[in-house]
Amino acid sequence: MIRALHRWPGLLALLLLAVLTLSGAVLSVFPAAESLSAPGTVSGLSTAELAARIQAVHPGVEQIRRAPSGRIIAYWFTDGAPGAGVIDPATGRAVASADPNAVERWLVNLHRSLLLGDGGRLVVAAGAAVLLTLAFTGAALVARRMGGWPRWFAPARGPGAGRLHVEIARLAVFGLVLSSATALWMAAATFELLPDGSSAPAFPAAVSGATGMAPGEMAVLAATPVSELRELGFPYPGDATDVFTLKTDLGTGYIDQGDGRLLAWADLTGWQRMSKTVYMLHTGQGAAILGLALGLGALGVPVLGTTGALLWLGRRRSRPHIPANQPAARARTVLLVGSEGGSTWGFAATLHRALTAAGDSVHAAPVAGFDPARFHQAERFIVLVATYGEGDAPTSAAGFLARIEAMDRAPDAPLAVLGFGDRSFPAFCAFAEAVEHRARGRGWAELIPFDTVDRQSPQDFARWGRVLGEALGLALDLVHQPLRPATQTLTLHDRRDYGAEVQALTAILRFALPPASLWQRITGQGFARFAPGDLLGVLPEGSDLPRFYSLASGGRDGFVEIVVRKWPGGLCSGQLMALRPGDRVAAFLRPNPRFRPERGRAPLLLIGAGTGIGPLAGIVRANLSRRPVSLYFGMRHPDSDFLYGEELQVWRGEGRLARLRTAASRGARPHYVQDALRAEAAEVARLVRAGARIMVCGGRGMAAGVAEALAEILAPSGLTPAMLKAEGRYVEDVY
Amino acid sequence: MKSLLASLALTTALTVPGLALARPVTLTTTLNAYGGDGAYLALYVTDATGAYVGSLWMAGGKSKYYEHLSDWYRATGGDPAQINGITGASVGAGRTLEITLDLADALFDAGYTLHVDAAVEEMRDSPNEVAVPLTSAGAGTAVRGRRYVASFSYAM
Repeated sequence: MIRALHRWPGLLALLLLAVLTLSGAVLSVFPAAESLSAPGTVSGLSTAELAARIQAVHPGVEQIRRAPSGRIIAYWFTDGAPGAGVIDPATGRAVASADPNAVERWLVNLHRSLLLGDGGRLVVAAGAAVLLTLAFTGAALVARRMGGWPRWFAPARGPGAGRLHVEIARLAVFGLVLSSATALWMAAATFELLPDGSSAPAFPAAVSGATGMAPGEMAVLAATPVSELRELGFPYPGDATDVFTLKTDLGTGYIDQGDGRLLAWADLTGWQRMSKTVYMLHTGQGAAILGLALGLGALGVPVLGTTGALLWLGRRRSRPHIPANQPAARARTVLLVGSEGGSTWGFAATLHRALTAAGDSVHAAPVAGFDPARFHQAERFIVLVATYGEGDAPTSAAGFLARIEAMDRAPDAPLAVLGFGDRSFPAFCAFAEAVEHRARGRGWAELIPFDTVDRQSPQDFARWGRVLGEALGLALDLVHQPLRPATQTLTLHDRRDYGAEVQALTAILRFALPPASLWQRITGQGFARFAPGDLLGVLPEGSDLPRFYSLASGGRDGFVEIVVRKWPGGLCSGQLMALRPGDRVAAFLRPNPRFRPERGRAPLLLIGAGTGIGPLAGIVRANLSRRPVSLYFGMRHPDSDFLYGEELQVWRGEGRLARLRTAASRGARPHYVQDALRAEAAEVARLVRAGARIMVCGGRGMAAGVAEALAEILAPSGLTPAMLKAEGRYVEDVY
Repeated sequence: MKSLLASLALTTALTVPGLALARPVTLTTTLNAYGGDGAYLALYVTDATGAYVGSLWMAGGKSKYYEHLSDWYRATGGDPAQINGITGASVGAGRTLEITLDLADALFDAGYTLHVDAAVEEMRDSPNEVAVPLTSAGAGTAVRGRRYVASFSYAM
């Protein structure tokens, strides 16, 4: 619900808010520029003295105004010609033109009415209301994502656009609330919905009738410091019934031009004072620093809009459209989905369709952000989750375990957990098991026993569906057709072969970058944007199940490169190893934001063996900023499977790679990459203490050996691999 | 045709017999290129003693700015009833405001003065920008304002 209230107004008002915030950001600079360029103030100067100085230089002065920034402007008539200027209070002399800045006026009118008069003002006011709504709903979403309000400024995790969105939003939101709330107040004032109109005192019925007293001698003006002055109006020359009009921060009054008496006075009302404060807060006039800060916050809005739209597009792409998805508050069955690549969503859609056809009302939602209080009518919860890596939560299930732990008590509606995974991995369905375990530990009742689906097996799923159907008293027939992922055709450009002599046939395959449409480029779909470490899903002929390979290149390299080893009987690796230049494969891109070097100058410690060198070599190739990178690479024999051997030497010469250490498992003195780490324990420990980020890629056994070696190396420093992983400084891509 | 009959009838001593004799008068106000936002203009009449008689037109819709038309504001206290039904948009730099009203014959050649107060955001307030006596002979004669009005005339 909150997300919908955040998403739709945000998307609909994107362009309007971009115009308003960009113009607002530019306008925020003017008050600061004005207070910098204004002639210096004279402390303790009285209005009487100021008026006398100005009158001495410009005898025809009619009006003196002081802006909240301290800038003083006088208007006069000399020999029938109007004149005006910015006044130096020290001399009373005009030192600059008082003409309004045409650019600023245009921007002001764009900002407050889109140059469209009252209709535009209403649109702008609606924009401010949308912005305020977005700020509040966004704050609630940030709190939910970070795991509560006290964790507001905790480090944000996750892939690019989402993280950027959160990081900007949680800083900018304070300014945006202030800007939009004050904008609404000002709109209400403009449309006369607030009782803050002028409260000038009644014009005095009687005046002294005398003229000619110099303003410099008037006690009232002498008692009014310039710092409180807003405006001083002079009487018409020769009109004895006219008066001086004084406006200050406190109120408005009339002064007799003959004897200097205060004839009438009216204080500002509370509403007027409030409106003046609101005006200052919104425009920064009189509070230039605050204005600049608000302008900076406003500048965040176009970025938030763009990243927000990208997030929305990404979510739409990663899950199938579910027709007739019931609102969370009304659904009897709640499907919670934690999917890494989107295939689990496909199963969820099948289940949703079958349950809905059986007359149930079903709501499907990502399991991340799970809040049991949203599901008032829920009679059962069904969790469908995949597992990432070594038992971690998939992206769309981040924080779910913590949420189960944080619940006051388990919901009354019972829970069924179904895990999705691949039995060839040791951590098969480990996250789903963890969910099951944690939920039962909290006393969450069981709907049906825990079960798993191996390699997207439709049979496993149908079997589980029959058990579920029995429990619900429905004839549930789940026929799941795995959705073939949308692929693009990649053409092999060239290949380099290694490892024939050491019984490890390996090849570096380089494909031409498929052309991206403009739309793909804008939205980052297809191969428009990728980085080393992202995954290439390859669909071998004769199977709808993709195999994933870590990319050894980024979009900027202009090609798609992977490292493949031929496995005996492997369907996909066999087809890939048989490719000749010019041959084609069907493939698609899957981002893997967890396996990125992250920006910064912190040293990188890259550790890999065999085909695991692929993404690490890609990271080194992309290291144009010459960040200190150390690479530990394990192979069988340097003469046979030293992948990227020549490039690594070149990159070292260019400074993209600081240190290269290799280990060969065959030959005179066999050793492994973890042995190479141990041999340089002191250097490795130093790098980690200096904030190094560790990235490990390769086989499962190698990764375990590396973790063990690092645990030994870091023990004297009081650090463990687990601590580094928790900080996000130790990431693995293993297979 | 904007009718001034009602408002003048309420606020002046010009009584019914006089009102029976009224004629359409066109007031033309052309602004110079002062280089700012739209100007607020108040057109109103004072009698021979300088006392406010009634308003003819208010160009500008936001009452919070009316205090900058300081003579008009002083005379009326900003009373919205004075300009009820005779309010229009503000007038841009270089543009012309033309209004036609039924003015009582009795207003002419009787010491009445027509005033224009003007104000522009971020620029000078110009009360009494124009002050012309209402006379039959003066009709059609253009006068210049002090700051914003390039020419003002009334024609019968």
